[in-house]
Amino acid sequence: MPVETETLETVQSLTQSGYKWGFETDIEMDLAPKGLNEGIIRLISERKGEPAWLLEWRLKAFAAWQTMREPHWSKAHYPPIDYQDLHYYAAPKRKPGPKSLDEVDPELLKVYEKLGIPLKERAILAGVEGADGSFPNPVAVDAVFDSVSVATTFRKTLEKAGVIFCPISEAVHEVPELVQKYLGSVVPASDNFFAALNSAVFTDGSFVYIPKGVRCPMELSTYFRINARNTGQFERTLIIADDASHVSYLEGCTAPQRDENQLHAAVVELVALDDAQIKYSTVQNWYPGDAEGRGGIYNFVTKRGACRGKRSKISWTQVETGSAITWKYPSCVLQGDDSVGEFYSVAVTNNRQQADTGTKMIHIGRNTSSTIVSKGISAGHSDNTYRGLVRVLPRASGARNFTQCDSLLIGDQCGAHTVPYIESRNATAKVEHEATTSKIADDQLFYCRQRGLSQEDAVGLLVNGFCKDVLKELPMEFAVEAQKLLAVSLEGSVG
Amino acid sequence: MNAVQAAGAASFLGRFEGLRERLPGDREIRDRAAAAFRAGGFPTVRDEAWKYTSLRPVTEASFYEPLLSVADGGDLLAELPVLDGPRLVFLDGRFRPQLSVLPENIEVGTFAETAVFGRLARPDRDPLVALNTMLTEDGAVIGVPDGVDAGLLQLVSIATDVPGRAVAFHPRHCIRLGRGARLMLLEMSGGGGTYLHNPVTEAYVADGAVLVHVRLQDESRTAYHLSTLYAEVARGGTYDSFNLNLGARVARTEVHARLKGERSATHLNGAQMLGGTQHGDFTTIVSHDAPSCASRQTVKNVLSGRARGVFQGKIEVARAAQKTDGYQMNQALLLSPEAEIDSKPQLEIYADDVKCSHGATVGELDAEQLFYLRSRGIPEAEARSILVRAFLTEALDAIGDDTVRASLDRAVDAWWGKQAA
Repeated sequence: MPVETETLETVQSLTQSGYKWGFETDIEMDLAPKGLNEGIIRLISERKGEPAWLLEWRLKAFAAWQTMREPHWSKAHYPPIDYQDLHYYAAPKRKPGPKSLDEVDPELLKVYEKLGIPLKERAILAGVEGADGSFPNPVAVDAVFDSVSVATTFRKTLEKAGVIFCPISEAVHEVPELVQKYLGSVVPASDNFFAALNSAVFTDGSFVYIPKGVRCPMELSTYFRINARNTGQFERTLIIADDASHVSYLEGCTAPQRDENQLHAAVVELVALDDAQIKYSTVQNWYPGDAEGRGGIYNFVTKRGACRGKRSKISWTQVETGSAITWKYPSCVLQGDDSVGEFYSVAVTNNRQQADTGTKMIHIGRNTSSTIVSKGISAGHSDNTYRGLVRVLPRASGARNFTQCDSLLIGDQCGAHTVPYIESRNATAKVEHEATTSKIADDQLFYCRQRGLSQEDAVGLLVNGFCKDVLKELPMEFAVEAQKLLAVSLEGSVG
Repeated sequence: MNAVQAAGAASFLGRFEGLRERLPGDREIRDRAAAAFRAGGFPTVRDEAWKYTSLRPVTEASFYEPLLSVADGGDLLAELPVLDGPRLVFLDGRFRPQLSVLPENIEVGTFAETAVFGRLARPDRDPLVALNTMLTEDGAVIGVPDGVDAGLLQLVSIATDVPGRAVAFHPRHCIRLGRGARLMLLEMSGGGGTYLHNPVTEAYVADGAVLVHVRLQDESRTAYHLSTLYAEVARGGTYDSFNLNLGARVARTEVHARLKGERSATHLNGAQMLGGTQHGDFTTIVSHDAPSCASRQTVKNVLSGRARGVFQGKIEVARAAQKTDGYQMNQALLLSPEAEIDSKPQLEIYADDVKCSHGATVGELDAEQLFYLRSRGIPEAEARSILVRAFLTEALDAIGDDTVRASLDRAVDAWWGKQAA
């Protein structure tokens, strides 16, 4: 079993190392002054040369945000965040396009190297002129280097198919009518505290539009990275799948090791029209803080998809191993008749990490169905909460939901919590929910140990088995990475 | 707290000020409860614990103090499926010796005489318990000595209907079982007209003791029933309860069971059958504080008309509570297009060597099963009744005692009779 071997190797290779992706790049940054006020928002908007409607939209969001209070209903505990002590805009200084990789900022190349991006792709990402030929590897990368998308690859191949995949700041100029129509239509600017903040100050993110009847020729991928000290990350992603189209989008995250906590408040909006399908996969591995819980990212994200069309489908798959605090609920609003929502999640917490994650499935249309599979693993002194809502509205005749959430506890100092809300207002709806909490079975552990596996390897193996239902939903390259991450995250938790 | 709410809370606070000097028991405890109630008022749907149950109708209504009763209550008593044998009857919250049959081997008293507040109730955290603590005047005080099997005792609450004068009463019950003692307590509540019944019960189950507590809530359909129960179970003891909720316009049955000693157990089973515009809320919190304890819950909801059923069930497992075995099943049957169920099962676990699970299902009657019965010549209404009864049976089967079971079956039959009419 090559995958298992790989998992075991990873565990071994990392037993002495710290956070594998914990490097920090030193490149020249264009920073806006700290603090948040109308002036900063106007500055961001001006730097990006945004149209007036967008500035107005931002200012409205900011006005709403000022009237809102930071929510504290989750189980997470953290020191108060000083929103005036953050930089809301940071961009790598732009130079004219380098002629070859030799001219590219070596620091930037090092980042790509550590991320494992192939050389040819690095050239494209770094904006080397004439490097965007055709590639055998069918993954399009839109690298978000801090707040500005450094470059976008594979645009030509995608353009041929009619797919638009670009930084949202570009989309604002190129397809303003699409952005204006859909931006904030799933997550309104005043939806919640962090979404309002994001709407006011988002600097960049990805925009995807798949035209009618098109099956996106490749999987779309964004490497999100957080860089530069004290810059909150406010990504904004908008994906629109027009009638009968199909897209698979991958979001992968790693972050540099640092001491100060960092706020990350992204917003992801998905819109699926008639017969369209969107598959959104996330592997989140931001810096979780050290063993005592110092440092680490605050990941407060609003992700929501609207199945607007009939027979549309949105599927969220996430593997959450990083961040000091994860607080997110990728949701589906099932508006179209016969639409389908799915949520597959693995959340791993170790040391002092806190995760409060789950989903909301709002059944509005007839014969809508949703599936929730959540696997939570807690180790060390961490707390892991599944919080989910299944709501069936009166019109949703024949709605169907199945929920399975399982928690696994490793060690006696951690916590596992399950908080599902089930609300049904239609008699013909069928809702089923199951949840279990247990520790790793002694007999299974004994079986592995007896065959010569070390305690830690055995745990890695069993945890991967526990998460199998979710991992199998991930695209191939992510599945392998995710297995490694699980093993790394649980490192040092057994014994 | 909004203005209307403030008015509702203020009238109770006003009554407390008026009665303060005459109320029995520790005045300091009452003052603290009043302070808590004054600060927090009635809970609203913005409070997480009350997310699904609005007390607006209660806060908007005016309630009066019960009169020293005019009626003798015998007719109301006859409407409840009371069994032969010892019983303690309370009319409008006050003990009625004339209607009661005192038991022999149990120490029985009233709160009016003893006026001792227990240590389990948390008026600082539960607003309705603060209200109760502030205004309570009477209640049952039941003690079963070590090693005694006390058999069956009934605790009955009835409310008289005085038109235009809705009363509110806040009985305070206390049940203590000594080591190895046993008691089957059958509690019933009913009445006529509009009233607020806000009882608080504390149950102490000592080492190896078994308290079987079967409760039938069949209040008037225009009444409000807001009950809170705290049970504490010592080593090897069992608190085994079944709650059948049929009545009231708005009802909340809140049960806190704390497994304090090793190898103790609790069963918090229940069924709610609601129709019309009834609102029924069954909320349970099981706290596993000690190792090797077990908790079991099967809760069924049958909802027709525009009724709304709520189930909130939390299982807490403390760090020390290794080898915990917790199970909870909650099912709802929606019989009409306008009925609603809101369900929130919840696990909060801090120990690793545990086995906890919960399940929840929501749906309508199975069309195939209905067809099967219809195809054998059973009329639709009867076929539905058979299927609903079958659905409920799993929960009711938890009641081991045949006579008590029969008493609840009678209440369920009567409920069906009312639905059909």
